[in-house]
Amino acid sequence: MSELTSLTLKAALDGLASKSFSSEEITQAHVQAVEAARALNAFVVETPEKALEMAKASDERRARGEAGPLDGAPLGIKDLFCTEGVESTAASKILKGFKPTYESTVTANLFRDGAVMLGKLNMDEFAMGSSNETSAWGPVVNPWRAEGGNAQLTPGGSSGGSAAAVAADLCLGATATDTGGSIRQPAAFTGTVGIKPTYGRCSRWGVVAFASSLDQAGPMARTVEDTAILLKSMSGHDPKDSTSLPVEVPDFPSFVGKSVKGLRVGVPKEYRVEGMPPEIEKLWQQGIDWLKEAGCEIVEVSLPHTKYALPAYYIIAPAEASSNLARYDGMRYGLRVDGSNLTETYEQTRAQGFGDEVKRRILIGTYVLSAGYYDAYYLKALKVRRRIADDFDQAFEKVDALLTPTAPSAAFALGENSDDPIAMYLNDIFTVTVNLAGLPGMSVPAGVDANGLPLGLQLIGRALDEGTLFSLGGAIEKAADFRAKPAKWW
Amino acid sequence: MAIDAATVRKVARLARIAEPEERLEPLARELSGILNWIEQLNEVDTNGVEPMTSAVHVTLPMREDVVTDGGDPAKVLSNSPKTASNFFVVPKVVE
Repeated sequence: MSELTSLTLKAALDGLASKSFSSEEITQAHVQAVEAARALNAFVVETPEKALEMAKASDERRARGEAGPLDGAPLGIKDLFCTEGVESTAASKILKGFKPTYESTVTANLFRDGAVMLGKLNMDEFAMGSSNETSAWGPVVNPWRAEGGNAQLTPGGSSGGSAAAVAADLCLGATATDTGGSIRQPAAFTGTVGIKPTYGRCSRWGVVAFASSLDQAGPMARTVEDTAILLKSMSGHDPKDSTSLPVEVPDFPSFVGKSVKGLRVGVPKEYRVEGMPPEIEKLWQQGIDWLKEAGCEIVEVSLPHTKYALPAYYIIAPAEASSNLARYDGMRYGLRVDGSNLTETYEQTRAQGFGDEVKRRILIGTYVLSAGYYDAYYLKALKVRRRIADDFDQAFEKVDALLTPTAPSAAFALGENSDDPIAMYLNDIFTVTVNLAGLPGMSVPAGVDANGLPLGLQLIGRALDEGTLFSLGGAIEKAADFRAKPAKWW
Repeated sequence: MAIDAATVRKVARLARIAEPEERLEPLARELSGILNWIEQLNEVDTNGVEPMTSAVHVTLPMREDVVTDGGDPAKVLSNSPKTASNFFVVPKVVE
Protein backbone atom coordinates (compact mmCIF):
# COMPACT_ATOMS: atom_id res chain seq x y z
CA MET A 1 0.00 0.00 0.00
CA SER A 2 3.03 2.27 0.31
CA GLU A 3 2.57 3.57 -3.23
CA LEU A 4 -0.72 5.14 -2.13
CA THR A 5 0.96 7.11 0.67
CA SER A 6 3.74 8.44 -1.55
CA LEU A 7 1.35 10.03 -4.05
CA THR A 8 1.05 13.79 -4.23
CA LEU A 9 -2.32 15.17 -3.17
CA LYS A 10 -3.03 16.05 -6.81
CA ALA A 11 -2.21 12.52 -8.02
CA ALA A 12 -4.30 11.05 -5.21
CA LEU A 13 -7.29 13.23 -6.11
CA ASP A 14 -6.90 12.23 -9.76
CA GLY A 15 -6.71 8.55 -8.74
CA LEU A 16 -9.84 8.91 -6.62
CA ALA A 17 -11.66 10.68 -9.46
CA SER A 18 -10.75 7.96 -11.96
CA LYS A 19 -11.71 5.31 -9.35
CA SER A 20 -8.22 3.73 -9.51
CA PHE A 21 -8.63 3.29 -5.76
CA SER A 22 -11.20 4.24 -3.14
CA SER A 23 -10.89 6.70 -0.29
CA GLU A 24 -11.21 3.74 2.06
CA GLU A 25 -8.12 2.16 0.46
CA ILE A 26 -5.94 5.25 0.49
CA THR A 27 -7.13 6.18 3.99
CA GLN A 28 -6.39 2.66 5.29
CA ALA A 29 -2.86 2.91 3.82
CA HIS A 30 -2.31 6.18 5.66
CA VAL A 31 -3.79 4.89 8.93
CA GLN A 32 -1.23 2.07 8.79
CA ALA A 33 1.60 4.50 7.98
CA VAL A 34 0.60 6.65 10.98
CA GLU A 35 0.55 3.63 13.29
CA ALA A 36 3.94 2.48 12.05
CA ALA A 37 5.52 5.91 12.56
CA ARG A 38 4.85 6.46 16.26
CA ALA A 39 8.62 6.86 16.81
CA LEU A 40 8.28 10.28 15.13
CA ASN A 41 5.69 11.43 17.70
CA ALA A 42 4.06 13.47 14.92
CA PHE A 43 0.48 12.69 15.94
CA VAL A 44 -0.85 13.47 19.41
CA VAL A 45 -4.27 11.99 18.68
CA GLU A 46 -4.90 9.34 16.03
CA THR A 47 -8.48 9.04 14.82
CA PRO A 48 -8.44 5.92 12.62
CA GLU A 49 -12.13 5.04 13.13
CA LYS A 50 -13.23 8.56 12.30
CA ALA A 51 -10.91 8.56 9.28
CA LEU A 52 -12.33 5.33 7.89
CA GLU A 53 -15.88 6.51 8.55
CA MET A 54 -15.18 9.77 6.70
CA ALA A 55 -13.52 7.79 3.88
CA LYS A 56 -16.55 5.54 3.53
CA ALA A 57 -18.87 8.55 3.42
CA SER A 58 -16.59 10.08 0.79
CA ASP A 59 -16.75 6.97 -1.39
CA GLU A 60 -20.54 7.07 -1.12
CA ARG A 61 -20.61 10.75 -2.12
CA ARG A 62 -18.39 9.98 -5.09
CA ALA A 63 -20.63 7.09 -6.14
CA ARG A 64 -23.56 9.53 -6.10
CA GLY A 65 -21.57 12.00 -8.22
CA GLU A 66 -21.32 14.54 -5.40
CA ALA A 67 -17.56 14.52 -4.76
CA GLY A 68 -15.98 17.79 -3.59
CA PRO A 69 -12.58 19.19 -4.58
CA LEU A 70 -10.74 17.31 -1.78
CA ASP A 71 -13.04 14.34 -1.54
CA GLY A 72 -11.49 11.30 0.08
CA ALA A 73 -8.02 12.79 0.68
CA PRO A 74 -6.57 11.92 4.11
CA LEU A 75 -5.01 14.93 5.88
CA GLY A 76 -3.42 15.68 9.25
CA ILE A 77 -4.72 18.55 11.38
CA LYS A 78 -2.45 20.62 13.61
CA ASP A 79 -3.60 20.38 17.21
CA LEU A 80 -4.13 24.16 17.33
CA PHE A 81 -7.36 23.71 15.33
CA CYS A 82 -10.45 22.88 17.36
CA THR A 83 -12.10 19.74 16.02
CA GLU A 84 -15.57 18.83 17.19
CA GLY A 85 -15.58 15.89 19.59
CA VAL A 86 -11.83 15.24 19.10
CA GLU A 87 -9.40 16.24 21.83
CA SER A 88 -7.72 19.56 20.98
CA THR A 89 -4.98 20.59 23.41
CA ALA A 90 -2.63 22.97 21.54
CA ALA A 91 0.01 20.57 22.97
CA SER A 92 -0.60 22.00 26.45
CA LYS A 93 -1.35 20.24 29.71
CA ILE A 94 -3.78 23.04 30.55
CA LEU A 95 -6.11 21.78 27.78
CA LYS A 96 -5.67 18.05 28.42
CA GLY A 97 -8.95 16.29 27.69
CA PHE A 98 -10.54 19.36 26.06
CA LYS A 99 -13.04 18.22 23.44
CA PRO A 100 -14.46 21.17 21.50
CA THR A 101 -18.18 21.19 20.84
CA TYR A 102 -17.56 23.11 17.62
CA GLU A 103 -15.40 22.85 14.50
CA SER A 104 -12.85 25.49 13.45
CA THR A 105 -13.79 27.26 10.22
CA VAL A 106 -10.65 26.06 8.41
CA THR A 107 -11.23 22.38 9.23
CA ALA A 108 -14.96 22.78 8.51
CA ASN A 109 -14.03 24.16 5.06
CA LEU A 110 -11.72 21.20 4.41
CA PHE A 111 -14.39 18.71 5.50
CA ARG A 112 -17.02 20.54 3.42
CA ASP A 113 -14.76 19.84 0.43
CA GLY A 114 -14.55 16.16 1.37
CA ALA A 115 -11.21 15.86 3.22
CA VAL A 116 -10.64 12.95 5.63
CA MET A 117 -8.98 13.58 9.02
CA LEU A 118 -6.32 11.11 10.21
CA GLY A 119 -5.74 12.77 13.56
CA LYS A 120 -4.23 15.73 15.38
CA LEU A 121 -0.63 16.76 14.85
CA ASN A 122 1.92 17.58 17.52
CA MET A 123 3.30 21.12 17.81
CA ASP A 124 5.05 23.47 20.21
CA GLU A 125 2.82 24.33 23.17
CA PHE A 126 0.38 27.07 22.05
CA ALA A 127 2.56 27.34 18.90
CA MET A 128 5.34 28.97 20.94
CA GLY A 129 8.61 27.48 19.77
CA SER A 130 10.83 26.77 16.79
CA SER A 131 11.83 23.16 17.49
CA ASN A 132 8.72 21.37 18.77
CA GLU A 133 10.47 20.85 22.10
CA THR A 134 7.96 22.92 24.07
CA SER A 135 5.14 20.41 23.38
CA ALA A 136 3.71 18.99 26.58
CA TRP A 137 3.53 15.66 24.75
CA GLY A 138 7.23 15.46 23.85
CA PRO A 139 9.07 16.66 20.74
CA VAL A 140 8.41 15.50 17.20
CA VAL A 141 11.42 13.80 15.62
CA ASN A 142 12.39 14.89 12.11
CA PRO A 143 12.19 11.94 9.66
CA TRP A 144 15.39 13.34 8.12
CA ARG A 145 18.76 12.40 9.58
CA ALA A 146 22.19 13.71 8.65
CA GLU A 147 24.02 11.35 6.29
CA GLY A 148 25.95 8.79 8.28
CA GLY A 149 24.48 9.99 11.58
CA ASN A 150 21.58 8.87 13.70
CA ALA A 151 21.18 11.92 15.96
CA GLN A 152 17.56 12.92 16.38
CA LEU A 153 16.89 16.22 14.64
CA THR A 154 14.14 18.77 15.17
CA PRO A 155 11.50 19.07 12.44
CA GLY A 156 11.31 22.77 13.36
CA GLY A 157 8.35 24.44 14.95
CA SER A 158 5.82 25.21 15.83
CA SER A 159 4.14 23.13 13.09
CA GLY A 160 6.67 20.30 13.53
CA GLY A 161 4.09 17.52 13.58
CA SER A 162 2.57 18.80 10.32
CA ALA A 163 6.01 19.01 8.68
CA ALA A 164 7.19 15.58 9.87
CA ALA A 165 3.91 13.88 8.91
CA VAL A 166 4.01 15.32 5.39
CA ALA A 167 7.72 14.53 4.92
CA ALA A 168 7.30 10.95 6.17
CA ASP A 169 4.30 10.27 3.89
CA LEU A 170 1.87 9.89 6.82
CA CYS A 171 -0.68 12.20 5.18
CA LEU A 172 -1.19 13.85 1.79
CA GLY A 173 -1.10 17.31 3.34
CA ALA A 174 -1.64 19.03 6.67
CA THR A 175 -2.98 22.17 8.22
CA ALA A 176 -0.51 24.37 10.05
CA THR A 177 -0.33 27.88 11.50
CA ASP A 178 2.30 30.60 11.34
CA THR A 179 2.73 33.44 13.85
CA GLY A 180 6.44 34.14 13.29
CA GLY A 181 7.57 31.40 10.90
CA SER A 182 5.82 28.30 12.22
CA ILE A 183 4.83 27.02 8.77
CA ARG A 184 7.85 28.10 6.74
CA GLN A 185 10.74 27.12 9.04
CA PRO A 186 9.46 23.53 9.59
CA ALA A 187 8.81 23.26 5.84
CA ALA A 188 12.44 24.19 5.19
CA PHE A 189 13.68 21.71 7.83
CA THR A 190 11.74 18.79 6.32
CA GLY A 191 11.93 19.35 2.55
CA THR A 192 8.24 20.20 2.30
CA VAL A 193 6.27 23.17 0.94
CA GLY A 194 4.44 25.53 3.27
CA ILE A 195 2.61 28.79 2.71
CA LYS A 196 1.46 31.38 5.20
CA PRO A 197 -1.18 33.34 3.31
CA THR A 198 -2.02 37.01 3.73
CA TYR A 199 -3.32 37.87 7.19
CA GLY A 200 -7.11 37.52 7.03
CA ARG A 201 -7.14 35.01 4.13
CA CYS A 202 -8.00 32.07 6.43
CA SER A 203 -10.43 32.46 9.30
CA ARG A 204 -8.92 32.28 12.78
CA TRP A 205 -12.25 31.13 14.25
CA GLY A 206 -11.75 27.96 16.25
CA VAL A 207 -7.94 28.19 16.06
CA VAL A 208 -6.48 28.40 19.58
CA ALA A 209 -5.18 31.99 19.82
CA PHE A 210 -1.51 32.81 20.40
CA ALA A 211 -0.95 36.35 19.01
CA SER A 212 -4.12 37.38 17.21
CA SER A 213 -2.67 40.14 15.02
CA LEU A 214 -0.02 37.72 13.66
CA ASP A 215 -1.61 34.24 13.68
CA GLN A 216 -2.55 32.85 10.29
CA ALA A 217 -3.39 29.32 9.15
CA GLY A 218 -1.95 27.75 6.03
CA PRO A 219 -1.22 24.38 4.43
CA MET A 220 1.86 22.15 4.26
CA ALA A 221 2.28 19.52 1.56
CA ARG A 222 4.85 17.88 -0.67
CA THR A 223 4.39 20.08 -3.76
CA VAL A 224 3.56 23.71 -4.50
CA GLU A 225 0.45 22.62 -6.40
CA ASP A 226 -0.76 20.57 -3.42
CA THR A 227 -0.49 23.58 -1.10
CA ALA A 228 -2.43 25.63 -3.68
CA ILE A 229 -5.21 23.03 -3.73
CA LEU A 230 -5.38 22.99 0.08
CA LEU A 231 -5.23 26.76 0.52
CA LYS A 232 -8.10 27.21 -1.91
CA SER A 233 -10.30 25.06 0.34
CA MET A 234 -9.06 26.54 3.62
CA SER A 235 -9.54 30.21 2.62
CA GLY A 236 -12.63 32.34 2.48
CA HIS A 237 -14.49 35.08 4.27
CA ASP A 238 -15.93 34.12 7.64
CA PRO A 239 -18.21 36.50 9.53
CA LYS A 240 -17.20 34.74 12.76
CA ASP A 241 -13.68 36.25 12.49
CA SER A 242 -13.88 40.05 12.28
CA THR A 243 -10.38 40.19 10.70
CA SER A 244 -11.30 37.68 7.98
CA LEU A 245 -11.07 39.49 4.64
CA PRO A 246 -14.30 39.77 2.60
CA VAL A 247 -12.57 38.96 -0.69
CA GLU A 248 -12.93 36.31 -3.38
CA VAL A 249 -10.69 33.25 -3.15
CA PRO A 250 -8.65 33.00 -6.37
CA ASP A 251 -8.22 29.66 -8.12
CA PHE A 252 -4.76 29.18 -6.55
CA PRO A 253 -3.86 25.93 -8.40
CA SER A 254 -4.24 27.72 -11.75
CA PHE A 255 -1.22 29.90 -10.88
CA VAL A 256 1.12 26.92 -10.56
CA GLY A 257 3.03 26.36 -13.81
CA LYS A 258 2.20 29.84 -15.12
CA SER A 259 5.13 31.64 -16.77
CA VAL A 260 7.09 33.93 -14.46
CA LYS A 261 8.73 35.72 -17.37
CA GLY A 262 9.06 39.43 -16.78
CA LEU A 263 8.29 39.27 -13.06
CA ARG A 264 10.58 41.44 -10.97
CA VAL A 265 11.96 39.63 -7.94
CA GLY A 266 13.67 41.55 -5.17
CA VAL A 267 16.64 40.32 -3.18
CA PRO A 268 16.80 42.18 0.13
CA LYS A 269 20.41 42.88 1.03
CA GLU A 270 19.68 42.99 4.77
CA TYR A 271 18.96 39.24 4.71
CA ARG A 272 22.66 38.56 4.20
CA VAL A 273 23.21 38.18 7.92
CA GLU A 274 26.49 37.64 9.66
CA GLY A 275 27.35 34.03 10.32
CA MET A 276 25.01 32.70 7.65
CA PRO A 277 26.31 29.27 6.54
CA PRO A 278 27.94 29.48 3.07
CA GLU A 279 25.65 26.68 1.88
CA ILE A 280 22.59 28.83 2.49
CA GLU A 281 24.22 31.79 0.78
CA LYS A 282 24.98 29.49 -2.17
CA LEU A 283 21.44 28.13 -2.31
CA TRP A 284 20.07 31.66 -2.32
CA GLN A 285 22.31 32.52 -5.28
CA GLN A 286 21.15 29.34 -6.98
CA GLY A 287 17.55 30.42 -6.48
CA ILE A 288 18.35 33.80 -8.03
CA ASP A 289 19.92 32.05 -11.03
CA TRP A 290 16.93 29.74 -11.45
CA LEU A 291 14.51 32.65 -11.50
CA LYS A 292 16.74 34.57 -13.94
CA GLU A 293 16.75 31.55 -16.25
CA ALA A 294 12.96 31.44 -15.98
CA GLY A 295 12.86 35.02 -17.24
CA CYS A 296 12.56 37.01 -14.00
CA GLU A 297 14.33 40.28 -13.51
CA ILE A 298 16.32 40.30 -10.25
CA VAL A 299 16.45 43.58 -8.37
CA GLU A 300 18.42 44.32 -5.22
CA VAL A 301 16.16 45.98 -2.66
CA SER A 302 16.59 47.30 0.86
CA LEU A 303 14.44 46.50 3.88
CA PRO A 304 16.40 48.62 6.38
CA HIS A 305 14.43 47.68 9.51
CA THR A 306 14.81 43.92 9.09
CA LYS A 307 17.05 43.45 12.13
CA TYR A 308 14.45 45.05 14.39
CA ALA A 309 11.68 42.64 13.40
CA LEU A 310 12.55 39.92 15.90
CA PRO A 311 12.88 42.20 18.94
CA ALA A 312 9.60 43.94 17.98
CA TYR A 313 7.97 40.54 17.58
CA TYR A 314 9.16 39.48 21.05
CA ILE A 315 7.21 42.39 22.51
CA ILE A 316 4.08 42.20 20.36
CA ALA A 317 3.59 38.42 20.34
CA PRO A 318 4.09 37.91 24.12
CA ALA A 319 1.90 40.95 24.85
CA GLU A 320 -0.94 39.49 22.80
CA ALA A 321 -0.29 36.02 24.22
CA SER A 322 -0.43 37.24 27.82
CA SER A 323 -3.84 38.69 27.07
CA ASN A 324 -5.13 35.72 25.02
CA LEU A 325 -3.95 33.12 27.51
CA ALA A 326 -5.65 34.88 30.42
CA ARG A 327 -8.68 32.76 29.52
CA TYR A 328 -7.01 29.64 30.97
CA ASP A 329 -8.19 30.21 34.51
CA GLY A 330 -9.35 26.69 35.39
CA MET A 331 -13.00 27.72 35.70
CA ARG A 332 -14.87 26.83 32.50
CA TYR A 333 -12.67 24.27 30.77
CA GLY A 334 -9.26 22.69 30.97
CA LEU A 335 -7.14 21.93 33.99
CA ARG A 336 -8.11 23.15 37.49
CA VAL A 337 -5.72 22.81 40.40
CA ASP A 338 -7.54 23.69 43.62
CA GLY A 339 -5.83 26.15 46.00
CA SER A 340 -7.02 27.48 49.35
CA ASN A 341 -8.69 30.48 47.72
CA LEU A 342 -9.61 31.74 44.23
CA THR A 343 -6.31 33.52 43.51
CA GLU A 344 -4.31 30.49 44.58
CA THR A 345 -6.47 28.29 42.36
CA TYR A 346 -5.72 30.54 39.38
CA GLU A 347 -2.01 30.66 40.21
CA GLN A 348 -1.59 26.92 40.75
CA THR A 349 -3.69 26.01 37.71
CA ARG A 350 -1.56 28.19 35.46
CA ALA A 351 1.73 27.21 37.12
CA GLN A 352 1.05 23.51 36.61
CA GLY A 353 -0.82 23.79 33.31
CA PHE A 354 1.64 25.90 31.29
CA GLY A 355 5.15 24.84 30.27
CA ASP A 356 8.28 26.96 30.78
CA GLU A 357 8.38 28.73 27.41
CA VAL A 358 4.69 29.66 27.61
CA LYS A 359 5.18 31.03 31.13
CA ARG A 360 8.26 32.96 29.99
CA ARG A 361 6.28 34.63 27.22
CA ILE A 362 3.29 35.38 29.44
CA LEU A 363 5.64 37.03 31.95
CA ILE A 364 7.35 39.13 29.25
CA GLY A 365 3.97 40.09 27.83
CA THR A 366 2.60 41.02 31.24
CA TYR A 367 5.73 43.05 31.98
CA VAL A 368 5.72 45.05 28.72
CA LEU A 369 2.03 45.85 29.14
CA SER A 370 2.29 46.77 32.82
CA ALA A 371 1.87 50.32 34.11
CA GLY A 372 4.88 52.50 33.31
CA TYR A 373 6.31 50.25 30.57
CA TYR A 374 3.51 50.24 27.99
CA ASP A 375 4.85 53.24 26.02
CA ALA A 376 8.52 52.25 26.25
CA TYR A 377 7.97 48.70 25.02
CA TYR A 378 4.59 47.93 23.51
CA LEU A 379 3.88 51.25 21.79
CA LYS A 380 7.50 51.43 20.59
CA ALA A 381 7.20 47.95 19.08
CA LEU A 382 3.98 48.88 17.27
CA LYS A 383 5.75 51.88 15.73
CA VAL A 384 8.70 49.75 14.65
CA ARG A 385 6.18 47.32 13.18
CA ARG A 386 4.83 50.15 11.04
CA ARG A 387 8.33 50.96 9.79
CA ILE A 388 8.88 47.30 8.86
CA ALA A 389 5.58 47.26 6.94
CA ASP A 390 6.57 50.55 5.23
CA ASP A 391 9.87 48.95 4.12
CA PHE A 392 7.87 46.26 2.32
CA ASP A 393 5.48 48.79 0.78
CA GLN A 394 8.44 50.65 -0.69
CA ALA A 395 10.08 47.46 -1.96
CA PHE A 396 6.84 46.36 -3.62
CA GLU A 397 6.77 49.59 -5.62
CA LYS A 398 9.78 48.19 -7.46
CA VAL A 399 9.28 44.41 -7.38
CA ASP A 400 6.51 41.80 -7.58
CA ALA A 401 7.94 39.44 -4.96
CA LEU A 402 11.00 38.87 -2.78
CA LEU A 403 13.34 35.88 -2.61
CA THR A 404 15.22 35.02 0.61
CA PRO A 405 16.42 31.95 2.47
CA THR A 406 13.71 30.51 4.77
CA ALA A 407 15.85 29.75 7.81
CA PRO A 408 19.43 30.54 8.86
CA SER A 409 20.38 26.84 9.17
CA ALA A 410 19.30 23.31 8.32
CA ALA A 411 17.50 21.21 10.98
CA PHE A 412 19.51 21.08 14.20
CA ALA A 413 19.66 18.37 16.85
CA LEU A 414 16.93 18.13 19.48
CA GLY A 415 18.28 19.77 22.64
CA GLU A 416 20.84 21.89 20.81
CA ASN A 417 19.28 25.33 21.39
CA SER A 418 16.84 24.60 24.16
CA ASP A 419 18.74 26.36 26.97
CA ASP A 420 19.18 29.64 25.09
CA PRO A 421 15.87 31.37 24.30
CA ILE A 422 17.41 34.06 22.07
CA ALA A 423 19.38 31.53 19.96
CA MET A 424 16.08 29.71 19.47
CA TYR A 425 14.24 32.94 18.58
CA LEU A 426 16.84 33.68 15.84
CA ASN A 427 15.45 30.75 13.81
CA ASP A 428 12.66 33.08 12.72
CA ILE A 429 14.93 35.92 11.59
CA PHE A 430 13.92 35.61 7.91
CA THR A 431 10.27 34.71 8.43
CA VAL A 432 8.98 36.98 11.20
CA THR A 433 9.00 40.22 9.16
CA VAL A 434 6.24 38.79 6.97
CA ASN A 435 3.93 38.19 9.94
CA LEU A 436 4.46 41.72 11.24
CA ALA A 437 3.51 43.14 7.84
CA GLY A 438 0.62 40.67 7.29
CA LEU A 439 2.05 39.50 3.93
CA PRO A 440 2.01 36.05 2.32
CA GLY A 441 5.21 33.97 2.50
CA MET A 442 6.05 30.54 1.11
CA SER A 443 8.91 28.10 1.70
CA VAL A 444 9.93 25.79 -1.16
CA PRO A 445 12.52 23.01 -0.79
CA ALA A 446 15.47 23.91 -2.99
CA GLY A 447 18.36 21.61 -2.14
CA VAL A 448 20.28 19.74 0.52
CA ASP A 449 23.31 20.72 2.57
CA ALA A 450 26.60 18.78 2.85
CA ASN A 451 24.93 16.45 5.38
CA GLY A 452 22.07 15.71 3.00
CA LEU A 453 19.59 17.79 5.01
CA PRO A 454 16.95 19.83 3.17
CA LEU A 455 17.12 23.62 2.82
CA GLY A 456 14.35 25.97 1.74
CA LEU A 457 13.94 29.24 -0.09
CA GLN A 458 11.32 31.78 0.90
CA LEU A 459 9.15 33.85 -1.42
CA ILE A 460 7.35 36.90 -0.05
CA GLY A 461 4.49 38.55 -1.91
CA ARG A 462 2.24 41.58 -1.80
CA ALA A 463 -0.86 41.34 0.36
CA LEU A 464 -3.43 39.06 -1.32
CA ASP A 465 -0.99 38.12 -4.08
CA GLU A 466 -0.47 34.46 -3.16
CA GLY A 467 -1.00 33.72 -6.86
CA THR A 468 2.41 35.16 -7.80
CA LEU A 469 4.00 33.09 -5.03
CA PHE A 470 2.43 29.92 -6.42
CA SER A 471 3.82 30.76 -9.89
CA LEU A 472 7.31 31.58 -8.60
CA GLY A 473 7.27 28.68 -6.15
CA GLY A 474 6.32 26.39 -9.01
CA ALA A 475 9.23 27.75 -11.08
CA ILE A 476 11.73 27.13 -8.25
CA GLU A 477 10.28 23.67 -7.62
CA LYS A 478 10.67 22.80 -11.29
CA ALA A 479 14.23 24.12 -11.50
CA ALA A 480 15.33 22.56 -8.19
CA ASP A 481 13.72 19.22 -9.06
CA PHE A 482 13.96 18.37 -5.37
CA ARG A 483 13.32 14.64 -5.07
CA ALA A 484 15.29 13.69 -1.97
CA LYS A 485 13.29 11.75 0.62
CA PRO A 486 14.27 10.82 4.16
CA ALA A 487 15.48 7.21 4.41
CA LYS A 488 12.86 5.30 6.40
CA TRP A 489 14.26 4.38 9.85
CA TRP A 490 11.05 4.58 11.91
CA MET B 1 16.91 47.21 31.40
CA ALA B 2 17.56 44.56 34.01
CA ILE B 3 14.68 43.28 36.08
CA ASP B 4 15.10 41.83 39.56
CA ALA B 5 13.48 39.05 41.54
CA ALA B 6 10.99 41.42 43.18
CA THR B 7 9.78 42.56 39.75
CA VAL B 8 9.40 38.96 38.61
CA ARG B 9 7.35 38.24 41.74
CA LYS B 10 5.08 41.19 40.97
CA VAL B 11 4.69 40.31 37.29
CA ALA B 12 4.02 36.64 38.08
CA ARG B 13 1.32 37.80 40.50
CA LEU B 14 -0.22 40.01 37.80
CA ALA B 15 -0.14 37.05 35.38
CA ARG B 16 -1.60 34.73 38.03
CA ILE B 17 1.22 32.21 37.71
CA ALA B 18 2.66 30.79 40.94
CA GLU B 19 6.47 30.94 40.75
CA PRO B 20 8.37 29.40 43.69
CA GLU B 21 10.91 31.69 45.44
CA GLU B 22 13.89 29.76 44.05
CA ARG B 23 12.73 30.35 40.46
CA LEU B 24 12.58 34.16 40.80
CA GLU B 25 16.33 34.83 40.43
CA PRO B 26 16.86 32.54 37.41
CA LEU B 27 13.73 33.98 35.77
CA ALA B 28 14.96 37.53 36.42
CA ARG B 29 18.21 36.66 34.65
CA GLU B 30 16.42 35.06 31.67
CA LEU B 31 13.89 37.84 31.27
CA SER B 32 16.59 40.52 31.63
CA GLY B 33 18.56 38.82 28.86
CA ILE B 34 15.55 38.94 26.55
CA LEU B 35 14.66 42.52 27.49
CA ASN B 36 18.26 43.68 26.97
CA TRP B 37 18.18 42.18 23.50
CA ILE B 38 14.88 43.98 22.84
CA GLU B 39 16.42 47.31 23.88
CA GLN B 40 17.97 47.65 20.40
CA LEU B 41 14.57 48.94 19.26
CA ASN B 42 15.60 52.26 20.79
CA GLU B 43 17.98 52.71 17.83
CA VAL B 44 14.95 53.12 15.53
CA ASP B 45 13.66 56.65 15.04
CA THR B 46 9.91 56.39 15.47
CA ASN B 47 9.10 60.07 15.83
CA GLY B 48 5.77 60.79 14.20
CA VAL B 49 5.20 57.12 13.29
CA GLU B 50 1.64 55.90 13.77
CA PRO B 51 1.59 52.65 15.81
CA MET B 52 0.51 49.69 13.66
CA THR B 53 -2.32 47.99 15.49
CA SER B 54 -3.59 45.75 12.71
CA ALA B 55 -2.00 43.83 9.86
CA VAL B 56 -4.79 44.64 7.42
CA HIS B 57 -6.47 47.85 6.42
CA VAL B 58 -10.10 47.07 7.12
CA THR B 59 -12.73 48.70 9.26
CA LEU B 60 -14.27 46.24 11.65
CA PRO B 61 -17.62 45.13 10.27
CA MET B 62 -20.83 45.78 12.16
CA ARG B 63 -23.48 43.13 12.59
CA GLU B 64 -27.09 43.04 13.69
CA ASP B 65 -27.40 43.11 17.48
CA VAL B 66 -29.33 39.86 17.68
CA VAL B 67 -28.86 36.56 19.45
CA THR B 68 -27.35 34.03 17.05
CA ASP B 69 -26.37 31.25 19.40
CA GLY B 70 -27.07 29.83 22.83
CA GLY B 71 -29.67 27.78 24.63
CA ASP B 72 -27.38 24.79 24.93
CA PRO B 73 -26.02 24.64 28.48
CA ALA B 74 -24.91 21.01 28.09
CA LYS B 75 -22.54 22.02 25.28
CA VAL B 76 -21.26 25.06 27.15
CA LEU B 77 -20.55 23.04 30.28
CA SER B 78 -19.24 19.90 28.62
CA ASN B 79 -15.56 20.68 29.28
CA SER B 80 -16.00 22.24 32.71
CA PRO B 81 -13.87 20.94 35.60
CA LYS B 82 -16.89 21.18 37.94
CA THR B 83 -20.60 21.78 37.31
CA ALA B 84 -23.89 21.68 39.22
CA SER B 85 -27.36 21.92 37.67
CA ASN B 86 -26.34 23.82 34.55
CA PHE B 87 -23.85 26.11 36.31
CA PHE B 88 -20.08 26.33 36.50
CA VAL B 89 -18.91 25.64 40.05
CA VAL B 90 -16.10 28.01 41.05
CA PRO B 91 -14.24 28.60 44.32
CA LYS B 92 -15.98 30.84 46.86
CA VAL B 93 -15.19 34.52 46.19
CA VAL B 94 -17.30 36.23 48.89
CA GLU B 95 -17.53 34.91 52.46
